[in-house]
Amino acid sequence: MAKIGVFVCHCGENIGRTVDCAEVARRAMDLPGVIHAVDYKYMCSDPGQRWIIDAVREKGLDGVVVASCSPHMHEKTFREAVAAAGLNPFLCEMANIREHCSWVHENRMQATDKAADLVRIMVEKVKRNRPLQPIKVPVTKRALVIGGGIAGIQTALDIANAGVEVVLVEKEPSIGGHMAQLSETFPTLDCSQCIMTPRMVEVRQHPRIQLYTYSEVDSVDGYIGNFTVKIRKKARSVDLDKCTGCGVCTTKCPVKGIPNQFDRGLGTRRAIYVPFPQAVPNVPVIDRERCRYFQTGKCGVCAKVCQADAVNYEQTDEMVEESVGAIVVATGFELYDVGQGMEEGHRGYGEYGYGQDPDIIDGLQFERLASASGPTSGEIRRPSDGKVPERVVFIQCVGSRDEAKGISYCSKICCMYTAKHAILFKHKVHHGQAYIFYMDVRAGGKGYEEFVRRAVEEDGALYVRGRVSEVVRRKDKLLVRGADTLMGRPVQIEADMVVLATAVKPQPGIEALAQKLRTSYDDYHFFKEAHPKLRPVESSSAGIFLAGACQAPRDIPDSVAMASAAASKVLGLFGAKELEREPIVARVNEVTCVGCFQCEKVCAYGAIERKEIRDRKGQLIKVVARVNEGVCQGCGTCQATCPSKSVELEGFTDEEIFAEINAVPVPS
Amino acid sequence: MRTLDLSRTSDGISDKLKRICGEAVERCYQCGKCTAGCPVAEDMDMPANQVIRLVQLGQGELALESEAIWLCLGCETCTARCPREVDLAGIMDALRELSMERNPAKAARKIRAFHQAFLDQIKLFGRVPEFALIGEYKLRSWAFFQDVLDAPTMAKKGKIKLMPQKVKGASEVRRIFKRCMEESARREK
Amino acid sequence: MAKLGYFPGCSLHASAHELDDSTKALAFRLGVELTEIPDWTCCGATAAHSVNRLLSVSLPARNLSLAVTAGLDTIMAPCAACFNRLAVARHELMKHEALRKQVERIIERPLDRIPQVHSVLSWLLAEVEKGTDWVKVDLSGMKVACYYGCLLLRPPSVIVFDDPEQPVSMETIVKAVGVEPVDWHCRLRCCGAGFSVSRTGIVLRLVREILSDARDAGADAVVVGCPMCHSNLDLRQKAAVERDAGMPILFLPQLLGLAAGCGARELGLLDHMVDTQGLLGKIPVGKV
Repeated sequence: MAKIGVFVCHCGENIGRTVDCAEVARRAMDLPGVIHAVDYKYMCSDPGQRWIIDAVREKGLDGVVVASCSPHMHEKTFREAVAAAGLNPFLCEMANIREHCSWVHENRMQATDKAADLVRIMVEKVKRNRPLQPIKVPVTKRALVIGGGIAGIQTALDIANAGVEVVLVEKEPSIGGHMAQLSETFPTLDCSQCIMTPRMVEVRQHPRIQLYTYSEVDSVDGYIGNFTVKIRKKARSVDLDKCTGCGVCTTKCPVKGIPNQFDRGLGTRRAIYVPFPQAVPNVPVIDRERCRYFQTGKCGVCAKVCQADAVNYEQTDEMVEESVGAIVVATGFELYDVGQGMEEGHRGYGEYGYGQDPDIIDGLQFERLASASGPTSGEIRRPSDGKVPERVVFIQCVGSRDEAKGISYCSKICCMYTAKHAILFKHKVHHGQAYIFYMDVRAGGKGYEEFVRRAVEEDGALYVRGRVSEVVRRKDKLLVRGADTLMGRPVQIEADMVVLATAVKPQPGIEALAQKLRTSYDDYHFFKEAHPKLRPVESSSAGIFLAGACQAPRDIPDSVAMASAAASKVLGLFGAKELEREPIVARVNEVTCVGCFQCEKVCAYGAIERKEIRDRKGQLIKVVARVNEGVCQGCGTCQATCPSKSVELEGFTDEEIFAEINAVPVPS
Repeated sequence: MRTLDLSRTSDGISDKLKRICGEAVERCYQCGKCTAGCPVAEDMDMPANQVIRLVQLGQGELALESEAIWLCLGCETCTARCPREVDLAGIMDALRELSMERNPAKAARKIRAFHQAFLDQIKLFGRVPEFALIGEYKLRSWAFFQDVLDAPTMAKKGKIKLMPQKVKGASEVRRIFKRCMEESARREK
Repeated sequence: MAKLGYFPGCSLHASAHELDDSTKALAFRLGVELTEIPDWTCCGATAAHSVNRLLSVSLPARNLSLAVTAGLDTIMAPCAACFNRLAVARHELMKHEALRKQVERIIERPLDRIPQVHSVLSWLLAEVEKGTDWVKVDLSGMKVACYYGCLLLRPPSVIVFDDPEQPVSMETIVKAVGVEPVDWHCRLRCCGAGFSVSRTGIVLRLVREILSDARDAGADAVVVGCPMCHSNLDLRQKAAVERDAGMPILFLPQLLGLAAGCGARELGLLDHMVDTQGLLGKIPVGKV
């Protein structure tokens, strides 16, 4: 005979005002199997929990129902209390008489009836509950970091310095990401590469970091603590171990004038190239689509001049397999292309002429002009004729805060980098004038507001509040037609160059990686966090963490902080010998399973495996489904799908659920 | 320039506006791109974004009295470029419709006179015979001597036809006018 | 012969008769039969939508219904303003069921089927894409500024066949007959529209800017698709620019009509206020 204890909570006035808790407890005592039923003001408090523990011990309860708030709030609390009393925690259930009852009804009599019904339903369930033990999963103590920008670098260093091995995968030939392209960083105006390159070198030299550059993640299998990752090392055509980084090949290559991706089309490179002088590794790569040897079979100059015999035309893509226990995604961002390379679904900005006129550039292109290692050696010169521009107009919110043609959100970093651009411009062009068209200036970080004031008060930037309607070429000037809404007038400026602060978006094609990782992204294709407020560095998938701008537009200090946070999550995961998981997972009855694998089709997590059942002679009898406890997230879709009722969720078996349903009162 | 009293949140114009054209002025975040691209912004007593601002502040009556709404050309540059997809040209139309009951701002009289003359011709003839249109406009606006010198050249080039065509649908069009005015008035109640 | 419903609009019978003449002449050469919508009435133009929204939809709706009744499932309006009113009315009626029912009651005609509405741009773009064997005269060497104005491409949610900020349709059409479109910037700048009479000063200012840009870009003529634009750029040109050498303003069908071998008088080219003889004199009369 069951010995169930029912504990009804008043939750102060939250439940007690609408539900007659004493009455609910009284009615519970009449239920078959219930031997103990009480009510109390605050069940979750220490004395409240004490009552439960004492009752379990003294009366030898074999099941507990706490009628109070939502399990989201206190299921853990009450299960721990019950466990402290020596009872299996999964024999404790909650009846939600707050969110589902007192908070949504007003009539006291009806609410009390409903609360009593809810209690009866859970009592019937608990009678059928089975004790469950947490699942233990082994953990591979190695981490994978996808993306070698500042966030990926920081995460990798933090994890490696804690004594854990890291595999860092970067798709470009060098690590560094966008931060390596910057001239100076706000608000300190530190030289970007100067502060970054020491970290890049540290990554390359670290004994516990395995760096794969010019590589991409090909596939991810497994589950938290036990991922198997296949990485494609793309063929550089240069042997990493032999190359000395002398750079002679890059000066002798006959194919010149290819627009340089690092300089965003403002500079050029050759077919064999190193993306930038401080590249890590400092090993060139051959662009096979432009290389004369690969396209026509003629040339081979680079191989001839290489003293280290490092050029290898026969090199092919190589696949490597790594086993890791956790993955950190740090793929960063890309800028919205408002020109010819328009993405589907976006109308673009024909009125601003980007892509049509060479003197209309975006923020990263301006960085390359300002950068000492850039195409103009740090002099601000306009792309069309190389002249030093005297009047530069900066337009903010191009693509951002614009659902008509772009995206609705704010890209966060542009107000700050535009102020920086105005300052840099003034430092390099002393008689120059910067104009900034803005809607709002967002400068919330440490030292940020003061930085913007500096741009205005020390470097003479003129901020004009209003958007720009169009930019048209007028001989050698660009006529910018905007508005000053503070004065309520249209304004116009004849500029020498126009810089557009374009929107920050996730890397193009990131959806494919998200699908490989089986993790979610949001409407804008940024990786989705587990909870926007309280779990910002965890993804929706166990064992996969997020760092940097791949989750939302973010500046460098926040990216670095988030990277360290992700690292600490990984280290926390690896802190235990084994991983303990809640046992709410599916289990297959191998006797009744017919091997139709409908469950495999509907499982969103890939948790269904195939198991062969053989007889003593080793002959195959049938193939049945088997649930991988480490991967299963307990959603129950398989249980709902299985035609033979062979798979059930522990803690939510058909028997338990039907008991609940049958306990619901039928109106007479 | 007197102080605007915002204690009373709305004079009802934004609701009336929504009933006519379906646009919600709250969507506008006053970026000014409309003003920036408006061909007649420099001629207006207040630019386009400020017309909406008045409605947002619950002071729509002031917008109805402006010259700006009548200077709007209906070129739709604002609507085409608005980042919040606010149909500003439609809002201007609705403001004009609402202001018809009032006397026009002095500077807008000629423009309104032209529109009214145009519509009168449609009611009479079903189509607009331009000679009659210009004639009525001159009567309404007292601009008797404008363009008079061009008239002979225009007539020679066949650009002025004196006799209006006979259109059977004219009476149907008159009924359409009547019904539209009645249904619009009913909506306001 | 392909059949196309024809909505001339009020101005094509008087001040913009050249557009009517040239459209008809060109259509004949293209093998298109233009069927004028019987008993059509004014679309309401700017005046109607400036004063009453219901009226601005009802007046064009009557014509849309008449077209369907006459068996025309596609119509073309050479005047950009008429086209815009008809296209917007169609869009509104198809989007809002309640409005459609209300307007049906008001015009006392069915609106269960609504014809497709073409502008002179979308019509001619489709025609040149079919082929250019109707081109008989070599116009190469002529440079024109393609002037779209406001109403051919806006609002972008309704008119979707070309990019509203960087359109290419008119350039594509003129290139198809061997004419070179110049690269200039006032393609979409409003000409001042209906303020020709009531606020002439504004029109003169806008026209001056458009014409000087066309001149700087090296155009021999400006090609337009709207009688209002034509009137402002042609009739008001002398007052705006105060110059002797004028810039001829051509309707797009006139230009294509020349390419098709039509005569100048047939196309109404002698009735413009700004002389076109200079331009016509440069065209070699010969076969392609």
